[in-house]
Amino acid sequence: MSEAMLKIKNLNVNYGAIHAVRDVSIEINRGEIVTLIGANGAGKSSVIRAIMGLVKSRSDEMTFISPRDNKPVSIQGKPAEAHVKLGISLSPEGRRILPQLTVEENLNLGAYIRDDVNGIADDMEYVYSLFPRLKERRRQKGSTLSGGEQQMLAVGRALMSRPDLLMLDEPSLGLAPILVEEVFEIIRTINAQGRTILLVEQNAFAALKAAHRAYVLEVGTIGLSGTGSELLNDNKVRAAYLGG
Amino acid sequence: MNLNIFVQHFINALSLGSLYGLVAVGYTMVYGILRLINFAHGDIFMLGAYFVYFATIVYKLPWAVGVVIAIIGTTICGLLVDRIAYKPLREAPRISALISAIGVSFFIENFAVVVFTGMPRPVVQPPILMQPIVLPGDVRLIPLGILVPIVAFVLVGCLLWLLYRTKPGLAMRAISFDIETTRMMGVSVNRIIALAFGLGSALAAVAGILWALRYPRVEPFMGMTPGIKAFIAAVFGGIGSVPGAMIGGLILGFVEIMSVAFFPTLSGYKDAFAFCLLILILLFRPTGLLGERLEDKI
Ligand SMILES: Nc1ncnc2c1ncn2[C@@H]1O[C@H](COP(=O)(O)OP(=O)(O)O)[C@@H](O)[C@H]1O
Ligand SMILES: [Mg+2]
Repeated sequence: MSEAMLKIKNLNVNYGAIHAVRDVSIEINRGEIVTLIGANGAGKSSVIRAIMGLVKSRSDEMTFISPRDNKPVSIQGKPAEAHVKLGISLSPEGRRILPQLTVEENLNLGAYIRDDVNGIADDMEYVYSLFPRLKERRRQKGSTLSGGEQQMLAVGRALMSRPDLLMLDEPSLGLAPILVEEVFEIIRTINAQGRTILLVEQNAFAALKAAHRAYVLEVGTIGLSGTGSELLNDNKVRAAYLGG
Repeated sequence: MNLNIFVQHFINALSLGSLYGLVAVGYTMVYGILRLINFAHGDIFMLGAYFVYFATIVYKLPWAVGVVIAIIGTTICGLLVDRIAYKPLREAPRISALISAIGVSFFIENFAVVVFTGMPRPVVQPPILMQPIVLPGDVRLIPLGILVPIVAFVLVGCLLWLLYRTKPGLAMRAISFDIETTRMMGVSVNRIIALAFGLGSALAAVAGILWALRYPRVEPFMGMTPGIKAFIAAVFGGIGSVPGAMIGGLILGFVEIMSVAFFPTLSGYKDAFAFCLLILILLFRPTGLLGERLEDKI
């Protein structure tokens, strides 16, 4: 459990004069669900986007250690398209489904870096087994899906590259409560099948229940960290994020 | 108007329309991805015509070889235009790339004047393409007139296959909606953009070659009017849509040829029809015939 997969030391993200992320250090171990919680605007997406190489960032260290070869690779400054080849994938905030592509095409795009036709077909069946609704709609355009289905498609698409580290940015955003339950259930299932997960959430309660460990982001810096249950019982966290 | 004359006009319209379509496809692909009107595209078309002229008429190579050289040479020019004039401006405001496009267009035209002189040069048509085939009812068909639409449809068919049945095609369609998301799927965006420029330039080369055979001559500004009309065809069909560009080109070809055929007195206004069509579509259906989205276009 303690083999590190991602090590980040003193990550900083600036947008012009806005210093959105300050000296954030995070470690994710193999097999974990780690969650990053915090209020709207705290900088959660900036952290995850910096890891993915979608925004410029500075850090003392940003290392990914792929379980495929155990070699540490610095991902600081690498372009976004390089990450997925290393084994990192992201289901972005707002789902970012390609509206004019079908469900199947969206999933195929997630497998863009792969050439093993049979493996891709297997993984597509795997995604359909996690989200049977998507199978029913596989020939429909992304734009015709409901919000919940789009979220499932975004997670499914991120799985199609067979990532070692799956990053999810607010997968429960805008979903009906019953769907939120379902999404977290599926996140736990995916994790139980051996994938390491970094989960960014505003829905702190559900995220802390699902996660092994958690970091609380407060206006750009890590305020607290601990195991999911520690933070669930922490008075400050309860007051600030869990409604008492 | 007897049958023979009508058939001539029809074939003529089909040829002209499919040439507009071939050029329009290049505009639409680049626009779909970069939201950039590649003003130099008409000049790329002109380069295609010059390449084939030099290869076959000056250097006396067989047509088949000349066509291949022209397509490859033009494609390289198209890729160079992207690499030199547009790629450094990817992060710049869109207007910068647009201005760069206008500059490239002027540059290529004037470069051509310097290198090739402004004199139109005659193209010798291969006799086999010009020998009329006589059909019953005294209908005469010039093989070139039939070859042009066939080549155009086959090429656009291949392009659609590539767009809808291959991985680079999937990436190209994805990029036109959301570059960032496509990048995080592992797609090298610049490579796909280069592919769009390359394919568009290759099609423009073919159009330029066929155009040079039809009119039979080449001159440095021969890309201007067809370029503008093909752009109008792309807007008319719904910019960003490949089938739309082809349909827009065909409609434009038919409007132009048929209006003059039926109302010969209007022939002086021939070039104005394209613009009337443009104004009408922009007034009544700004997304074009097959266009789907309006936000952040043009
Ligand atoms: N592209 C951007 N340009 C300027 N400011 C930004 C940009 N993205 C985010 N911010 C700012 O950075 C801060 C953190 O945003 P974000 O990382 O999206 O937070 P969260 O995901 O926790 O809601 C906010 O103040 C936000 O307004
Ligand atoms: Mg966010």
